Amino acid sequence: MPTLSSPVEDRRLLSYGEAIRSGFDYLLDRFPEVFIIGQGLWSPWYVGNSMTDLDTKYGVTRIIDTPVSEAACTGAAVGASLSGMRPIVVHPRMDFMLYAIDPIVNQAAKWSHMFGGQANCPVTIRSIINRGGEQGAQHSQALHAWFAHVPGLRVVMPSTVADARDLLIASVLSDDPVMYIDDRWLYDQQDFLPPPSELDLRDVKPQLLRSGSDLTVVASGYSTLLGTQMADFLSSEDIYCDVIDLRVLNPLDVSLVVQSLTASRKLLIIDSGWKSSGFSAEIVASTLESISPSLLSLAPLRVALPDTPAPSSSYLESKYYPTVPDLVCNVKSHFFDTHV
Amino acid sequence: MTDSFFDLKELARGDSLHSPIETSDHDPDFLLSSLEQMLLIRGVERQLAYAKEKKIIGGPVHLGVGQEAIAVGLSAHLRNTDRVFGAHRSHSHILALGTDVRKLFAEILGKYTGLSKGMGGSMHLLDKSVGFYGSVPIVAGTVSLAVGSAMAARLSNSSDISVVYLGDGACEEGIVHESLNLASLQKDPVIFVVENNLFASHMHISLRQPIDSTARFAYANSIPHRIVDGNDVTAVYSAASHLISAARQGNGPGFIEAVTYRWYGHVDWREDIDVGVNRSQHDVEQWRAKDPIRRLKDALLASNLITEGSYSDLTASIDARIKKSWGEAIADPYPPITLTYDCVYSS
Repeated sequence: MPTLSSPVEDRRLLSYGEAIRSGFDYLLDRFPEVFIIGQGLWSPWYVGNSMTDLDTKYGVTRIIDTPVSEAACTGAAVGASLSGMRPIVVHPRMDFMLYAIDPIVNQAAKWSHMFGGQANCPVTIRSIINRGGEQGAQHSQALHAWFAHVPGLRVVMPSTVADARDLLIASVLSDDPVMYIDDRWLYDQQDFLPPPSELDLRDVKPQLLRSGSDLTVVASGYSTLLGTQMADFLSSEDIYCDVIDLRVLNPLDVSLVVQSLTASRKLLIIDSGWKSSGFSAEIVASTLESISPSLLSLAPLRVALPDTPAPSSSYLESKYYPTVPDLVCNVKSHFFDTHV
Repeated sequence: MTDSFFDLKELARGDSLHSPIETSDHDPDFLLSSLEQMLLIRGVERQLAYAKEKKIIGGPVHLGVGQEAIAVGLSAHLRNTDRVFGAHRSHSHILALGTDVRKLFAEILGKYTGLSKGMGGSMHLLDKSVGFYGSVPIVAGTVSLAVGSAMAARLSNSSDISVVYLGDGACEEGIVHESLNLASLQKDPVIFVVENNLFASHMHISLRQPIDSTARFAYANSIPHRIVDGNDVTAVYSAASHLISAARQGNGPGFIEAVTYRWYGHVDWREDIDVGVNRSQHDVEQWRAKDPIRRLKDALLASNLITEGSYSDLTASIDARIKKSWGEAIADPYPPITLTYDCVYSS
């Protein structure tokens, strides 16, 4: 992770992927109503090291590898959640999850409201962003903004190793449907973690990962890692950034962003989705609604994907995703009137 | 499989099966309570039709007049810990489980005392106290949910089952086929009840599917099935009996195709509006002659379980009950304005 916690006695060194697995282990061990369903759960090929040996430890009736049926398996998890269970559906790639939009958006997100609060769906939909490697347009998408648009659906994007585990636990213990989105590009991050804690997801707010009054950087998921790496580089040039990790995209709380802007007066958003109607736009809009127009000293800057599907060619792909050097260059030129 | 193997034949024709139903093998109490329930369902829906026509009800109501025997015959096998899921035309499904008529009316009127606190209306019904877990208007929207609810029962080692009502139109949705496959593979205790009324909105099944019987999808997924006359309450009861007990015993899902006909249009109170394709007034009249209530009533009269006098008394008492419930629901309050914000998430 961006900054390693100190390796004191009760802490264990875990990677992001292992932290997800330890969250599952915690839940399956303590809560008999938890089960996991999705494609590829018996295969490391689909889910990396995030579910290793859970099927042998807890049995294939609780760790269910399924037919190629995203819609029905997601709907089944929603239905089980209406009947006393706390299921987790795993979609090894968000792109394939689009077959399951109805059970997520029309059903899970709506039932509490449509039935006057008498039918909640405590289901967690784990959706993995799995891109790069010349996989192209249908194996690359980060669609968190779509789902964060939907009232009734909580959307969580852990960026730290601790959150990978503890926000998974909080998502599953929430009485609401939660979309938990992890990014394979974070799986090798490591940190020394204390034992798991049970957070109430309703109380989980954005957190500050770096502190500085020259620039406010807002990001989520893998983009947060880009933000902290960029901030660490800029600090060597005496430019200091607040890096705010959103953690929960819906319901969104921008009060920390607003507070940071009163000092920095400059806003950068890094997002792993597209720019047009994307989550970066929501951050700009909801932040500007809460401040005086004169507070910002410069126009906000959004670094997001270009508005094209992901290319397959390795060369084009290398230009498609923002990198830390790109960010440093953009930020210095836009906010600090210098070029690198 | 051949076309003729999955062919509804006379079940799908308006000019056959008009005679009184066969009741000799059935318990008189079941027959009498079925008559009462079917009359209640029809009376409630006629009240809704009237109120819709008079614009007392604003939102859509999908009426199932003519289809009452299916939910009544099936629900006789259910207990209140089972989990029943419906769709857009679900008044009969929830009434057959014994829901409170005033609360149903209040819900359809958008009142706070309604089954869903006035948040749902006719298309979003819920009453867990009788085992009704929810109905939604997205076609086939609850089919996979019912499979999951049955999974929950199986994983909890319970003998409870799930039931999901769907239409012949829903069988054209891909998620139904995924759900049948998944339930069969996992041996989930769920009963798929296809109310095949031959129409999806305005389109006759012959314009939508190459074969008129949806039970072929059960066969394709190795799910035991029965095809029955949906206007015969005892036929539905008998078909459900074996499939439901098998599901309770852990033998997996069942599939019932009950063939019926709705007297009204897809939505609304009129008989022949927006159903113009392949449906004539003559067709409607033929199917009205196959009225599941009249066929049961005639059988009960013939076997002296009722008289014309006792039947009149029964209909009068049901009418009075409906009138009283409607009056109460009309007088009930609307939800507080805060409710639309307060129930987005669990409290």
